[in-house]
Amino acid sequence: MKIGIPKEIYAGEKRVATTPETAAHIMKLGFSVAIESGAGLGANISDEAYQAVGVDVLADAQSVWQHSDIVMKVRAPQRNPEQGLDELALIAEGSTLISFIWPAQQEALMQELATKNITVLAMDSVPRMSRAQKMDALSSMANIAGYRAIVEAAQHFGRFFTGQITAAGKIPPAKVLVIGAGVAGLAAIGAAKSMGAIVRSFDTRPEVKEQIESMDAEFLMLDFKEEGSGTGGYAKTMSPEFIAAEMALFAEQAKEVDIIVTTALIPGKPAPKLITADMVASMKDGSVIVDLAAEQGGNCELTEAGQVVVREGVTIIGYTDLPSRLANQSSQLYGTNLRHLLTDLCPEKNGIIHVNMDDEVIRGATVIKEGKITWPPPPPKLSAAPAASSAATTPVITAPKPSIIPEAIKPFLPLFLGVITLLGLGAVAPESFMAHFTVFVLACFVGYQVIWNVTPALHTPLMSVTNAISGIIVIGALVQLSAPDNLVVILAGLATLMASINIAGGFLVTRRMLEMFRK
Amino acid sequence: MSHSLVTMSYIVAAILFILSLSGLSNQESSRKGNYYGMLGMAIAIIATTFNVSSSAFAILLAAIAIGGSIGARAALKVAMTQMPELVAIMHSLVGMAAVLVGFANFMDSSINVSGVEKTIHELEIYIGILIGAITFSGSVIAFGKLSEKISGKPMLLPARHWLNLGLLIAVIVLGGLFLQQTESGAGSLPLLDHGGALPLLLMTLLALAFGVHMVMAIGGADMPVVVSMLNSYSGWAAAATGFMLSNDLLIVTGALVGSSGAILSYIMCHAMNRNFISVIAGGFGTASGADAAVVEGEVQPINADEAASLLMEAKNIMIIPGYGMAVAQAQHTVYEITKLLREKGKKVGFGIHPVAGRMPGHMNVLLAEAKVPYDIVYEMDEINDDFPHVDVSIVIGANDIVNPSALDDPNSPIAGMPVLECWKGETTIVLKRSMASGYAGVGNPLFVLENTRMLFGDANTTMQAVLKALQA
Repeated sequence: MKIGIPKEIYAGEKRVATTPETAAHIMKLGFSVAIESGAGLGANISDEAYQAVGVDVLADAQSVWQHSDIVMKVRAPQRNPEQGLDELALIAEGSTLISFIWPAQQEALMQELATKNITVLAMDSVPRMSRAQKMDALSSMANIAGYRAIVEAAQHFGRFFTGQITAAGKIPPAKVLVIGAGVAGLAAIGAAKSMGAIVRSFDTRPEVKEQIESMDAEFLMLDFKEEGSGTGGYAKTMSPEFIAAEMALFAEQAKEVDIIVTTALIPGKPAPKLITADMVASMKDGSVIVDLAAEQGGNCELTEAGQVVVREGVTIIGYTDLPSRLANQSSQLYGTNLRHLLTDLCPEKNGIIHVNMDDEVIRGATVIKEGKITWPPPPPKLSAAPAASSAATTPVITAPKPSIIPEAIKPFLPLFLGVITLLGLGAVAPESFMAHFTVFVLACFVGYQVIWNVTPALHTPLMSVTNAISGIIVIGALVQLSAPDNLVVILAGLATLMASINIAGGFLVTRRMLEMFRK
Repeated sequence: MSHSLVTMSYIVAAILFILSLSGLSNQESSRKGNYYGMLGMAIAIIATTFNVSSSAFAILLAAIAIGGSIGARAALKVAMTQMPELVAIMHSLVGMAAVLVGFANFMDSSINVSGVEKTIHELEIYIGILIGAITFSGSVIAFGKLSEKISGKPMLLPARHWLNLGLLIAVIVLGGLFLQQTESGAGSLPLLDHGGALPLLLMTLLALAFGVHMVMAIGGADMPVVVSMLNSYSGWAAAATGFMLSNDLLIVTGALVGSSGAILSYIMCHAMNRNFISVIAGGFGTASGADAAVVEGEVQPINADEAASLLMEAKNIMIIPGYGMAVAQAQHTVYEITKLLREKGKKVGFGIHPVAGRMPGHMNVLLAEAKVPYDIVYEMDEINDDFPHVDVSIVIGANDIVNPSALDDPNSPIAGMPVLECWKGETTIVLKRSMASGYAGVGNPLFVLENTRMLFGDANTTMQAVLKALQA
């Protein structure tokens, strides 16, 4: 099947759905790939780079849309009167579209797409489960947004992130507060941390505490009991009491920190307002707020989507296109997400996709199947957070078996039995035997003491040297070589031969091994 | 040579053997230890030779020359990956020699003892041959399993415990019969015309069968225990021969070797959290009643380039080798990579699990062969607490020794076995041929952990690709 990648027409969108690298992988699945000329320019990828891996470069969007069985995009199809393009009109009957759709917010778009008798897979609807992680474009974009948020903050912040003691005086480290430790939040924590800032983070879901601490950031505890985990790894709306406590915490932090990054989102709802105008006013002059929820209305009251504004001396960054500002990186990750989705759609690697509605991941991503709206999917079977019921399984406790022998005597029992055996043996054995037996028992003890000191690294040489030493049995054979009986001599000769193999082999191989051990 | 002088030489030899074993307690003194052993052996043999009649000298020289050259050839030619096989086959030789010496002693009419001493002497012969025969056949089977001439899977006969018990009873009954017939002179055979020859020969056959059956029932992962156990047996066989010949040097040496092997077996069992008896009884994992948790999840495969870039970004790297590295002969490539990474200023260490490989200390020898300096090779107990500071762990051809379910799944067949906790590090790269489970047949949840990356393919080929990517 033919895959087409048109140039994004949304104003300022620099990403592209496929890079030469991912295109090469996709072609290995049996697809042919065509791209609109100049589609990769925003991400610094030239047409030649695509041609080099065998991608067809088509002159305009019309030919891409019309000649492709599958169209892959970043943004949902839209109309752009300035360029005189209407992507919705260009969609070919019966084709497949893969892009971000946001079906919950874009009802009109969904209705319009459904009339085209096409199949639509929404990258934003890929279920959040571990098997689908490799195609989770939301996570890959959030990761980039989180990183870029810190880069943007650093640009507008008038000081270092890291603390230093210089000849010209002491520089205090910047204090960064990250609200919401999802993928974006954690990426922001990592980026800020690596620049040397002191990072704190807050999240309503208690299970992320460990993740925050693993990144060496401080988790801000709220003295309040309420579980904030919703299904699918997202947070849910909290009770008013909780929100009040949370706001008090933010108000207190706002006075102290230099940079606030907010990433709080609740699926299908406007972003919660967490930073009030009062809090902004209480912040130090020159502080920066980066609002990653700007597109959904913003976590800060004063955020203006897509703009950088200065209010009360605080710079508030409301960019909604952070991934697009790292276009090459985002295109690479998004392209890889698409490639993984195609790999699942085309298990036979024959270049034909099969939208298998029994596959939970594909079912979740498919929002329109051959003209019928299939969104929303049935609720996911697996949740990122374990269901509470699993904790209820009672641990099985097996009662220890009652022992006949009292505990106090137990450690001495083997010794006691040993002594009894020895005494019993002494009662019947003749003197000559006892002399040898004494030697034997003492030798066992010497061996026991000596071997415990052997370092485990030398266990193999130990075995080969003991092997050689046990060739001492040769002495037994030698003694018998002088016997009058021929059969005895033959047996003894054979034994001598075998023991000699052991002695020579054992010592030499030990020597060879020990020579190899070096510092 | 006077009797006292011979005894003195034997004392010197015994002391040298003890020094030899204690020399192995650390790397610096180990070479000296080996030379002490050689010296002790030379003294013992020369002192004994003085008592050999001149007529037997030709046989003696021929036997020592032929045996010595075979041994030397084997020692110089054997590949380090085949060390377990060599050790196993050498155990079998000791066993066989003990059997031969036992029979020779049994036939030797020049020995004159009577009364209780005679009974004890006969008993010593009987026991010496018994241990020797078990050691011989057991070691031959172990050799076959290690060299993959025989399948590594445990062969479990129905009612095998009863079979073993039956063999034991038969051996005791035959022993009684043997003692009776040596008195009465009955049961002699055409070639072995001595009283009690028939029960002795029957017992030897039974002991051989027992040795075969015992080792056949033991799985490949338990091989380190078997090898060290047979090491112990070969010592006991020598000690029994010493009793038979009233030779203190043999007794001392046999006891040293015997306890050495026994301690190694104990250490190996401890490292697998297994009971010695259950290893010997055979059949790994068959005793576990409850079902272990099934491993579910998706592995995250990567390619050599991605593995190389992970390594380039890491500061602290831990390499965990297993039997798979030995099979693929990847140790040299692994060291090339280690060298390169160390030149780039990274901290690289090797973490060795006590039962990694097929015999105690197997991995250390392989790494030494590849010229890995021994001061960056660590034992499990030394480094297990350091994993949280490790950026990348590379698991090469190991499975059960890095299985987290040993710690957190009480139903797992390997529950309680101490393992290398590599998953506590930042990232773990697991090299594996395919998604098959390890020798223990246990699924490994490590492979589906979020911070684990799977690198599929032959260990050597993949490591070479990683090396190339690192050099580029």
